Amino acid sequence: MVLEALVLHPKDNVATAVRLLEKGKRISFKDRGNDTDVLLVQTIPFGHKFALTDIEPGEKIIKYGEVIGQATKSIEKGEHVHVHNVEGLRGRGDRQ
Amino acid sequence: MNFLGYRRANGTVGTRNHVLVFPTVICAAATAEMISRAVAGTVVVTHPHGCGHMGVETEHVVRSMSGFCANPNVAGVLLVGLGCELITPRTIAERLDGYRQRYEIVNIQEEGGTTATVEKGRLLVEKLLKEAAKVNREPVDISELIVGTNCGGSDTFSGLTANPALGNACDRLVAEDGTAILSETPEMIGAEQVLAGRAASESVKKRIYEITSATEAMAFKAGVDIRGSEPSPGNIEGGLTTLEEKSLGAVLKGGTTTIKEVVDFAVKPAEKGLVIMDGPAHDAVCNTGMIAGGAQVIVFTTGRGTPMGAPIAPVIKVATNSRIYQHMRDNMDINAGNILEGTETIESIGERIFQEIVEVASGKTTRAEMLGHHEFAIHSLGLSV
Repeated sequence: MVLEALVLHPKDNVATAVRLLEKGKRISFKDRGNDTDVLLVQTIPFGHKFALTDIEPGEKIIKYGEVIGQATKSIEKGEHVHVHNVEGLRGRGDRQ
Repeated sequence: MNFLGYRRANGTVGTRNHVLVFPTVICAAATAEMISRAVAGTVVVTHPHGCGHMGVETEHVVRSMSGFCANPNVAGVLLVGLGCELITPRTIAERLDGYRQRYEIVNIQEEGGTTATVEKGRLLVEKLLKEAAKVNREPVDISELIVGTNCGGSDTFSGLTANPALGNACDRLVAEDGTAILSETPEMIGAEQVLAGRAASESVKKRIYEITSATEAMAFKAGVDIRGSEPSPGNIEGGLTTLEEKSLGAVLKGGTTTIKEVVDFAVKPAEKGLVIMDGPAHDAVCNTGMIAGGAQVIVFTTGRGTPMGAPIAPVIKVATNSRIYQHMRDNMDINAGNILEGTETIESIGERIFQEIVEVASGKTTRAEMLGHHEFAIHSLGLSV
């Protein structure tokens, strides 16, 4: 099976697409050892992230098991996670 | 766990048995090259330093040069000087006495010109080579290894494949009581709170914030606001959302263990485990600083591809993607791109990098060594006359 996305740490609430993933595609991944899946509600470009769970505004975005920023609006499971709905707590190049 | 290394009279252990020809000033660089060319089996370094430095920059250059010459991969060094320079062979030799490193000295003005210096240098180097040939590899505990980490020519894959895999290898090395060096301070900006959270003590935590703040302040003085301009528009297009995400992808190459110590550029760690070296992200400068700090092996991740090696330490090159691994095959040792194809994992590549470190430390030749790469650089602190 060809790898579609990488979850870099069990604590992560986002995955990174390792190829272009079309809207409507179902991506399976392991959540704390259990097989589960996420339906992509948007097309995710290669190298970009999508949500593994529903994320509330102000909730932390976790990648590598660490905080990489916080949600500026609510993010649906399977939605594209990027500068339009996340801001850094320590710097974001298109903002300052 | 053991590797096969060269145990030195001063107790340190080399992974290579080099005789180095080292000019202490640019005025002696070409002469040093001629000496090295005249005697097979020697390595030479050239650089533009040794004169015109002031204040703290003088100490910085002297420390970098002497640490480099004292690296355990060097069996003996010929210091080549001019005679009227600021940093003479004698300046470096005094430090080498402190490290109990074997050296010889030749000065161009004293010998009476290039030809006489090359002739004298040739004899001294032959003597050093004979001495070096008497040392054999022997089993040594892996805790004697200091491995430097570097990433250059990074791409979208760096933070997904090669860097976390190298971090996994560093965690394995630290579990065996070895030492890993994480450097490139500019790349720590944005991830300093994560690093500080793993600091062994309050003083290490304080130093982490000090070095990142100082680097940020230095960039700001030069008109660059790192926090306000990173990730770059190209990074954002590639999928990186925040500075902390970008920086985490870089600092993960040091692994996930406790940060035991923060050392200045070109200073040898006193602690074992994961250590931070303050220094620039410039590929050759970063390697030189870590080697001057005692690193006997370097592991270098690259996505765009770089041929970078080092004169006295093997550099293991890890490709972040399969395309560059194939495209620059002669420069690459390990392909972490398999992680993206799903045929390997971060852990399995981490294990392979760790095994490669042990094999290379025991004598396996890296691609950069086969090709004769010997890049060397010391950064200026901007204090030259």
